[in-house]
Amino acid sequence: MFHRECGYYKTSYQGDQAILPFPIAKQAIFGLLLLFLIVIPFFANEYYLSQLSLVAIAVVGALGLNILLGYTGQISIGHAAFMSVGAYTAANLVTRIEIGGEQLPFFLALPAGGIMAALIGLVVGIPSLRVKGLYLAIATLAAQFIIEWIINHTPAISGGAAAAIEVDRPALFGWVMNEQWELYLFVMFFAILAIMAATNLVRSRVGRALVAIRDQDIAAEIIGINVFKYKLYAFAISSFFAGVTGVLYMYYFSIATYEQFQIVVSIDFLAMCIIGGLGSIVGTIFGAFFIIMLPVVIRIVMESFGPYFMDPSYLPQVIGQLRLIFFGGLIMVFLIVEPEGLNRLWQNIRNYFRVWPFSY
Amino acid sequence: MAEPNGHDSILSVRGVSKNFGGVRANNDVSIEVPRGKIFAIIGPNGAGKTSLLNMISGFYVPDAGEIAFEGKSINGLKPNEIAEHGIGRTFQNIALFRGMNVLQNMMLGRHVLMKTGVLSSFVYWGKTQREEVAHREKVEELIDFLRLNDLRKAPTGELAYGLQKRVELGRALAAEPELLLLDEPMAGMNQEEKEDMVRYVLDIAEQRGTTIVLIEHDMGVVMDISDRIAVLDQGEKIADGTPDEVRANPRVIEAYLGADH
Ligand SMILES: Nc1ncnc2c1ncn2[C@@H]1O[C@H](COP(=O)(O)OP(=O)(O)OP(=O)(O)O)[C@@H](O)[C@H]1O
Ligand SMILES: [Mg+2]
Repeated sequence: MFHRECGYYKTSYQGDQAILPFPIAKQAIFGLLLLFLIVIPFFANEYYLSQLSLVAIAVVGALGLNILLGYTGQISIGHAAFMSVGAYTAANLVTRIEIGGEQLPFFLALPAGGIMAALIGLVVGIPSLRVKGLYLAIATLAAQFIIEWIINHTPAISGGAAAAIEVDRPALFGWVMNEQWELYLFVMFFAILAIMAATNLVRSRVGRALVAIRDQDIAAEIIGINVFKYKLYAFAISSFFAGVTGVLYMYYFSIATYEQFQIVVSIDFLAMCIIGGLGSIVGTIFGAFFIIMLPVVIRIVMESFGPYFMDPSYLPQVIGQLRLIFFGGLIMVFLIVEPEGLNRLWQNIRNYFRVWPFSY
Repeated sequence: MAEPNGHDSILSVRGVSKNFGGVRANNDVSIEVPRGKIFAIIGPNGAGKTSLLNMISGFYVPDAGEIAFEGKSINGLKPNEIAEHGIGRTFQNIALFRGMNVLQNMMLGRHVLMKTGVLSSFVYWGKTQREEVAHREKVEELIDFLRLNDLRKAPTGELAYGLQKRVELGRALAAEPELLLLDEPMAGMNQEEKEDMVRYVLDIAEQRGTTIVLIEHDMGVVMDISDRIAVLDQGEKIADGTPDEVRANPRVIEAYLGADH
């Protein structure tokens, strides 16, 4: 790492600020892209493709929440409500606006859902100027229920009694994405976009300002950061990501329904950030993967071994309960033992190999 | 702004008062800080020195009086707005971003000079990256100046106390302020660190033409480097003048002897 410490040239600052300062990291990213964009959609079966699609969608929302929670230090228990804002905004737009006999295309519906969620997020973020911690948690919790209630009780938004709006599959210039692998690539594309956007955000001026507010708000003010403005930015950015997540869920399931966006979903996303690692992009990805895949693992394990020691008819119920027990337990374990989450473990492994075989 | 005594003053504090419950932190305090000079504020503990700085930098709102910077009133402005006007500051009890390294702290110091907004930071490549690199170069100059080269990537919370003070000075300097408020920058330092800090302060004033308001308890240092000195005692200004004038002032002698007994 000597070369990073001593370069005095412009090119080296650019290199130093790069996301991937080492060639091996670039190769690893290339390998991962190859794996996730070509190998997996080609070889994985429908079931695993669908699970990975859910991970990809969750990554977008979890990144948004981590920008608010991990990077800016502002809590939100209403993240799922912003997803519902995105989903219902997009659902109404695509079903009401037709262009040449087709529903409004996703590349318009998606940003529209994100922007609407960001606007609502701005409003919900206003209390963050005055209240912190538990009080902000309660304010955002209230937002979760108020938004849910409004959507449910406004037929013009929710599409009537069942509060569900069905939509067509996403289409791009006549190519309708019906197959599992097509949907997988569709959501994966936005997950990658979200990862790049979030990574860029946190390494530039705005991201630094957010972390400054989290660490030391007095010092942030004295160096000229408008704390209120940047807290609102954080809420808007986080809600935008949530809104886009909601639209992705809508396209993935072909339906927008409030049941997908209830308080437990908000908790799931908090768990992704905490278990993955607060204030870490890589950690967020781990967290999303972990939270989506954990129930799958529990189910597989229980279905294989459960029948040996319990009545198989109880299994579905036990599996559901186990999931909750694991979530709660893991959140507590990580909060107490490893607040930096899975990302810390990853860093430890990486640092070990970075100097390998010369450990000093 | 031309003053009666011929000085061009960058900062004018006129009749400022601040009470906390029964405590008079500042009572009708006026100072004129001449441009490009080192202006010291001294006084016993609890005299109201930090409170005065807090009013100048916008953390406290004066109960009475007016504060003008570059001839314009800055009363009622928020700390971040005052920073944008070109007033930098360090704190008596260091306020660094402890989890961040030296480089990140200093880059944050340049926040007001940078422009990148939310949308362009998402994209990064192009304009944002050019801005990052350009400001990184300025920060590297500062790191050279403050001889922090080996510590760029060190988390500031883990640095020795004296180094933290130096990094905090660097973060304030990074914004290229016209006026720099330093609250006891040498407190708790050993002799060698003190001498370093004195040299930095003198260099900043000389090379950059930055005006410096300095709170300091070390009389030797204050008498040595200040162009003018104001003395506060129990919230009141009791003297104001050149080091020689202040040294000879009977009220100052009394206040200091009084405080010592
Ligand atoms: N926020 C506050 N709330 C209540 N009292 C305050 C506050 N800030 C300052 N004071 C009081 O105002 C008086 C002046 O305090 P100040 O910190 O300005 O003194 P100082 O000259 O900086 O002292 P020192 O040399 O110890 O740093 C003290 O009595 C202090 O207790
Ligand atoms: Mg003080």
